[in-house]
Amino acid sequence: MPEIQTFILYISLFISLFFEVFLLITYLEVREELKVEETNLGRALKYFPTLTVIVPCYNEEKTAAMTIESILNLDYPKDKISIIAVNDGSTDNTLEVLKSFESNSQVRVLSKENGGKHTALNMALESVDTDLVGCLDADSFVLPDTLKKIAPFFEDEAIMAVTPSIRVHEPGNILQHIQRVEYNWGIFLRRMLSSLNAMYVTPGPFSIFRTRVFRDLGGYRAAHHTEDLEIALRMQKNRYKLVNSHGAHVYTVTPSKFKPLFKQRVRWSYGFLNNVIDYRGMLFNRKYGHVGMFILPLGTVSIFSTIYMVAHLVWRSISHFFDTLVKFMTVGFNTSFHMPNFDWYFLNTGAVSFLTVTAILFTITILYLALKLADGKFKLKKEIFYYLLIYPFMVPLWLLKVVFDTVFRRRVSWR
Amino acid sequence: MVDSKKYFIAFGITAVIFLTAIVVSNALGAKKLEDVRAIESRVALDILSSETQFALLEETSCTDIGPGFLSQELGPLGQKLNFAENQTELNVDDLEYLKRSYFLLEIKDYLLMKRLTERCGIRPTFILYFYSTEDKCEDCEKMGYVLTALREKYPDLRVYSFDYHFDVGAIKTLRSIYKIKPELPALVINNKAYYGFKTIEELEKIATSTQKVR
Repeated sequence: MPEIQTFILYISLFISLFFEVFLLITYLEVREELKVEETNLGRALKYFPTLTVIVPCYNEEKTAAMTIESILNLDYPKDKISIIAVNDGSTDNTLEVLKSFESNSQVRVLSKENGGKHTALNMALESVDTDLVGCLDADSFVLPDTLKKIAPFFEDEAIMAVTPSIRVHEPGNILQHIQRVEYNWGIFLRRMLSSLNAMYVTPGPFSIFRTRVFRDLGGYRAAHHTEDLEIALRMQKNRYKLVNSHGAHVYTVTPSKFKPLFKQRVRWSYGFLNNVIDYRGMLFNRKYGHVGMFILPLGTVSIFSTIYMVAHLVWRSISHFFDTLVKFMTVGFNTSFHMPNFDWYFLNTGAVSFLTVTAILFTITILYLALKLADGKFKLKKEIFYYLLIYPFMVPLWLLKVVFDTVFRRRVSWR
Repeated sequence: MVDSKKYFIAFGITAVIFLTAIVVSNALGAKKLEDVRAIESRVALDILSSETQFALLEETSCTDIGPGFLSQELGPLGQKLNFAENQTELNVDDLEYLKRSYFLLEIKDYLLMKRLTERCGIRPTFILYFYSTEDKCEDCEKMGYVLTALREKYPDLRVYSFDYHFDVGAIKTLRSIYKIKPELPALVINNKAYYGFKTIEELEKIATSTQKVR
């Protein structure tokens, strides 16, 4: 049994290190690309494609107005942008808030019985006749220049969807600051995945598609409450090109309490695992490039290896704590306290220790690069320590629930 | 479709990191055992020196015996071997060998101590301690803490600890001399065996009462 445990630990460490090395190599390759991209995004657009932004709303009376106003404020010709706000059977005043925008010719309001986000999006998609279509969740906001940093990508006929960088809107408490670091790390990861042509999600906040994607592949599906993940996988399966514009920023309101955060993450991870199961034909299939050969298998395995590694760490800490407790209860602190002489002999020099330290150093390096990419420069803030010390112990909590729910086929609720 | 070269490079780098970690870890493990071996040779030399001195004593007096007469390194050596027990990177066979020599050195030191007490009338300050690593022995762990604490309190105290089941003839002989039953932990204080966990206070009491009897 201990041999199996050690073996699993080594395999998990190998996979983590392999991924980190792979990511760093990709970064070295992408560096030049990023510079070119910045120059290209600065130049004026020759042609402004028309765009419809769908805003699906379910009980978003507090944020819906800000969301719609942010779209109306986009620095883009007004006649090229229209908004379809869909009230998905809200039980609060969302519909009234939306209706207050009806006087604006750019905005249309639809209302229906509650049926889930994908039904709201599909209802709006039926009447979309613009070149491009996107969605903006009613808890997110765009900056005036966001669209200008997305539209140029569509000059390349092969590109079918462009995703933005999602950032945390006004983080207040520690939990939101942790999410800010996490989202910034996500910005880095998405940009790397974009270069690998391995994006597996087109996030709800302001991913922009060519409208014909939906005509060719059909509308959104329920997809385990992660329709934004499913559509990306469906596009990858059909070999459509997805890219990320890391300079296009979208701000989103994140949960400030653990419970809603936990539910959100369970939904995301459950959606990932179960959509991968639905699209299992892509796994280890060379036809689908990096996304099939590496990213999807890695994402799936990492759910289990993360649980295992953190459980191992927690178990070791608990058993160490109990040993100390037994010692304390046996002899107390009555012995004279003196600092033991430093002797390297008593350091843990096992291979696992060295590998763990290396993996942590790589994580810190990648985090540094990620924060630099997201914010333009790196600044050492307290939130980085919160993220490093707290986040790793939060993740296994929802991953465990996801595995449990998947095994017992339980439905995951939205909220 | 897939750029395989990148995978090979990433795999190569990861493999090199892994191999380096394993090689460095093994080298440090070997160095640790080397450390233990060096201490053992020093202890062996200390014992030889003491024995020689002791043989000479037959012709001189006990007053010549200084405080450094017995080896001071037996305690730290035991601690190092105890720590090594849980380290996976150490060579098992080498460790077994070092433990064997440690137990034998302990017995030699114990014999010397015994002769010294008889010859010079010094108060015996040693405890023989038998523990088990084979079956689960939670009391042995606790007993270990108590004996360490006791040794810190009384620096002159010599605790000779033995793995009850370790396959060394001398340990078996020691077990039969004191008729130690396999009810561990077991202690021998002033030729009398005690079984089960004992607190510091209990041990102090035992030591004082046996002293008086003597």
